[in-house]
Amino acid sequence: MQISFTLNGRPTTVDVEPATLVAELLREQLNLTGTHIGCDTSQCGACVVHLDGLPVKSCTLLAPALDGASLLTIEGLQGAPGSNRMHPMQEAFREHHGLQCGFCTPGMLMTAVALATEKPNLTEADVRHGLEGNICRCTGYQNIVVSVMVGAAAMHAAKGE
Amino acid sequence: MKPFAYHQPDQIPDAAKLLTSIEDSKLVAGGMTLIPTLKQRLANPPALVDLSKLGSLKGITDDGATITIGAMTPHAVVAASKVVQAKIPGLAALASMIGDPAVRSRGTIGGSVANNDPAADYPAGVLGLGATVITSAREIAADKFFLGLFETALEPGEIITAIRFPVPLKAGYAKFKAPASRYALVGVFVAKITDGVRVAVTGAGPGVFRVPPMEAALSGNFDPSAIAAIKIDNDGLTSDIHAEADYRAHLVTVMAKRAVDAALS
Repeated sequence: MQISFTLNGRPTTVDVEPATLVAELLREQLNLTGTHIGCDTSQCGACVVHLDGLPVKSCTLLAPALDGASLLTIEGLQGAPGSNRMHPMQEAFREHHGLQCGFCTPGMLMTAVALATEKPNLTEADVRHGLEGNICRCTGYQNIVVSVMVGAAAMHAAKGE
Repeated sequence: MKPFAYHQPDQIPDAAKLLTSIEDSKLVAGGMTLIPTLKQRLANPPALVDLSKLGSLKGITDDGATITIGAMTPHAVVAASKVVQAKIPGLAALASMIGDPAVRSRGTIGGSVANNDPAADYPAGVLGLGATVITSAREIAADKFFLGLFETALEPGEIITAIRFPVPLKAGYAKFKAPASRYALVGVFVAKITDGVRVAVTGAGPGVFRVPPMEAALSGNFDPSAIAAIKIDNDGLTSDIHAEADYRAHLVTVMAKRAVDAALS
């Protein structure tokens, strides 16, 4: 079947089998390999993308669900236009060592950006609750939580300017 | 996954017709249970009937004494709804505890109730509040809807369109979750309504069930202390790698007390 959607701001039309998962479509058909497949059982969150602004696990999403929707992947995250910088959440992860091996990081970032967009003043408890669906086997989460809080504050400061 | 045909009807009767005319076809709402099931090849339907184009199945209506939630309303929308937060805060809290943010973006109340997973959260809220399940064919009282392990009163071709919740005087939900899946090891929903109290338990057994002795005790005195000494029988409760029946029975009392606390706060 043919589906049309907006992918990181660009109109996209692809032919897919209905049984195609969005994670497969992104990685194998569209060559966007920033979205990682960790567990492939909707537990680890490495494959989180935004569907119409909401975080979803792309390993548990059928491609037909994209038709008419807007999809944002890790490749679409960017800093202020013309600034040549990364997204404030990415900057915060780098600054505060919110990653070690980096495998879970695309999903962590997408979940974190959705969380910060949904709620302006995140508490540490909000962040820990919000990251329940993202598993990291390296960091012990402490620096991820710090990074998300700093990144969220930076996102809202940038918005206020 | 094995290949399947994909249908996206925009009228409820068309969806019901597809479901009955294609043998072994399945409805897909948010897909949070169905897609993992297909991936593991535990089901191989020849066709999926996607409910997402049925606009009338989405949204929350405040009717004063009741709140009606469309079957395709995602958990995140129920959790964030000002109407649900104001009138049945225990239900908004329950929705906010399901799975994780990504699951709450996609998973729907109708899907959860139709699937009737023995450890799902919504069945406790629906039974605890004495809600009514509205389908394409009829209305079914919660007490008659949940029949057991993944089993409901739904007939073949029958589609849940909405759930209607009576607004209680007070209600609360507490769950002890399995840390990896976030499903309820034991979850208890308590509701105080004009003619008494209802207590519904999920996760502890093969299906959601009520606890009459706790309901009677709380009807006399709506306080956690009223049920502190009531322990339910282990018989028929689930024992698995996560917890033994005895531990689940213990948790029912603990979670029921916390649910009453939540209802009072």
